[in-house]
Amino acid sequence: MSGHSTYVPKSNAGKWLEERLPIISLMHSAAVSMPNPRNLNYWWVFGGIAMFMLIVQIVTGIILAMHYTPHASMAFNSVEHIMRDVNWGWMLRYTHSNGASMFFIAVYIHILRGMYYGSYKAPREVLWLLGMLIYLLMMATGFMGYVLPWGQMSFWGATVITNFFEVVPFIGDDIRTLLWGGFAVDSPTLNRFFSLHYLLPFVILGVVVLHIWALHVPGSNNPLGIEPKTKQDTMSFHPYFTMKDLYAIVLFAILLFYFVFFNPNFMGHPDNYIPANSLVTPAHIVPEWYYLPFYAIVRAIPDKALGVAGMFGAILIMFVVPWLDTSKVRSAKFRPAYRIFFWIFVVNGLLLGYLGQVNTTDDFLGIHGITNLLISRVGTIYYFGFFVVILPVLGLIEKTKPLPNSISEAVLGVEGAAEEAAEMAVATKAKA
Amino acid sequence: MADSVKLEEPNTGVEQGRRDFLYIATGAFGALGVGVGVWPLIDQMNPDASVKALASIEVDISTVGEGESLTVNWRGKPVFIRHRTAAEIQASVDTPLSELKDPQTDAERAEKPEWLIMVGVCTHLGCIPLGEAGEYNGWFCPCHNSAYDTAGRIRKGPAPLNMEIPEYEFLSDTKIKIG
Repeated sequence: MSGHSTYVPKSNAGKWLEERLPIISLMHSAAVSMPNPRNLNYWWVFGGIAMFMLIVQIVTGIILAMHYTPHASMAFNSVEHIMRDVNWGWMLRYTHSNGASMFFIAVYIHILRGMYYGSYKAPREVLWLLGMLIYLLMMATGFMGYVLPWGQMSFWGATVITNFFEVVPFIGDDIRTLLWGGFAVDSPTLNRFFSLHYLLPFVILGVVVLHIWALHVPGSNNPLGIEPKTKQDTMSFHPYFTMKDLYAIVLFAILLFYFVFFNPNFMGHPDNYIPANSLVTPAHIVPEWYYLPFYAIVRAIPDKALGVAGMFGAILIMFVVPWLDTSKVRSAKFRPAYRIFFWIFVVNGLLLGYLGQVNTTDDFLGIHGITNLLISRVGTIYYFGFFVVILPVLGLIEKTKPLPNSISEAVLGVEGAAEEAAEMAVATKAKA
Repeated sequence: MADSVKLEEPNTGVEQGRRDFLYIATGAFGALGVGVGVWPLIDQMNPDASVKALASIEVDISTVGEGESLTVNWRGKPVFIRHRTAAEIQASVDTPLSELKDPQTDAERAEKPEWLIMVGVCTHLGCIPLGEAGEYNGWFCPCHNSAYDTAGRIRKGPAPLNMEIPEYEFLSDTKIKIG
């Protein structure tokens, strides 16, 4: 995307196109010649996996839209029609619904990898911001997609989420009416959600292009968190990283299709196979799993407006992480204290996820006297505390470990790196 | 790869042969997998089970008197069921095959001569011809002036073929199954 291309068109047609639209050299620099740090570990494959999942979602989604009807009286039956009548419809729908979950799994790991290795730090702040924008768009898209089958969970999920907007001062009521297109969630709501659910993935795709562009300016971060200095520290994207990413995508696809073929409703909720009924709320209403930590936060806060603010704040605070973290050292590998707080953050996130789908008044794991609500509050405090207290303060007081001189030295040892450098020098000379 | 580490060249000889085999086998397996994966994405556009379930219909023809017609909807298209008069049948039978653009005998057009059952779609560009009209007193397509005779055979105009005879059978004297 910027600079790295070594592409020289060989054919006359290639030269002709290159002079007019250098699209081949653009793609060549993005996916072939791009130098990548040689020490990337397997946590770096999840960007490619997320990209793959986005494509799976778009392809299966476009197909499902060919058979789906966005109308309150027909939506539920049209989904059943897809499941029973359409050729391979069951497979396409299960791939799409499980694909959404797998997309979120890939993106959550991708985000956490960025947090562990400090990938958001200068000069990669814009890269991080664009990634967060993608995540926010995914949340909106996923929510609206879940409304489309028009089951009980769809309907009441839509009702609860749209009611969040009522807490906006003065105009909250009007915003809610505007979202609904009526006095409650109904056919107009479903129809516009369908329209937006079709639109947003393409917006995401556009931001992904920007995200990759912003990646290719500074290049990838790496497990050591130090910049590559010489040719010795990098390897070309193709074939080394294309093949590695492809291998990881195949493994991830096996996981996706395990769910599609053997456990398709594992991540869904049985109540969504009951047609939407605007007069009866299900006894136990939960959002999709990927929203559960945020749902736990909204329930942990006793005030309605503050609860909603807390939930949105929990997402929005991620945007400013590059400026909250004061540490100059990127990788948690050299930050012993941060590493501990990071893993507590991960466990806390999983805990909040668990708490998002249990009764707040029940005892936490059956421990008498300690309610889920209490633990949710502790978890919420840690969640925000991690960002507003731990990240800024830790950077100032933490004693970090010494950084290696270069990536190749860390990989091969000082002697090994020197030996390889000498070999490369000889090879270059021989060529000349 | 000029500005990055170059790994050692792969071994030559026997090792190279093994590499080529693995490379081709992996590629072939991958191509097969992609093919299998793409097929459902295409096949989903074919008629689904609910469409196929409506692929055949049964029609009661006891009310259609001689010289009368009935138009029924079959697979989204009109099917003309014409109870032909003796004169119409005779006109069709008397037509020499040499005068026809798409030669078919009257017997090939109608299993029982008094009942002509055909898809009422002009073979030119898909319009629906008007009945008992045109130069041959059969059907006449108002879109581009194709004229069909009393057996639905093309006689004049741009249409290339006779109107299609669908698959049908007489379940009884007064009931037919189309499709």
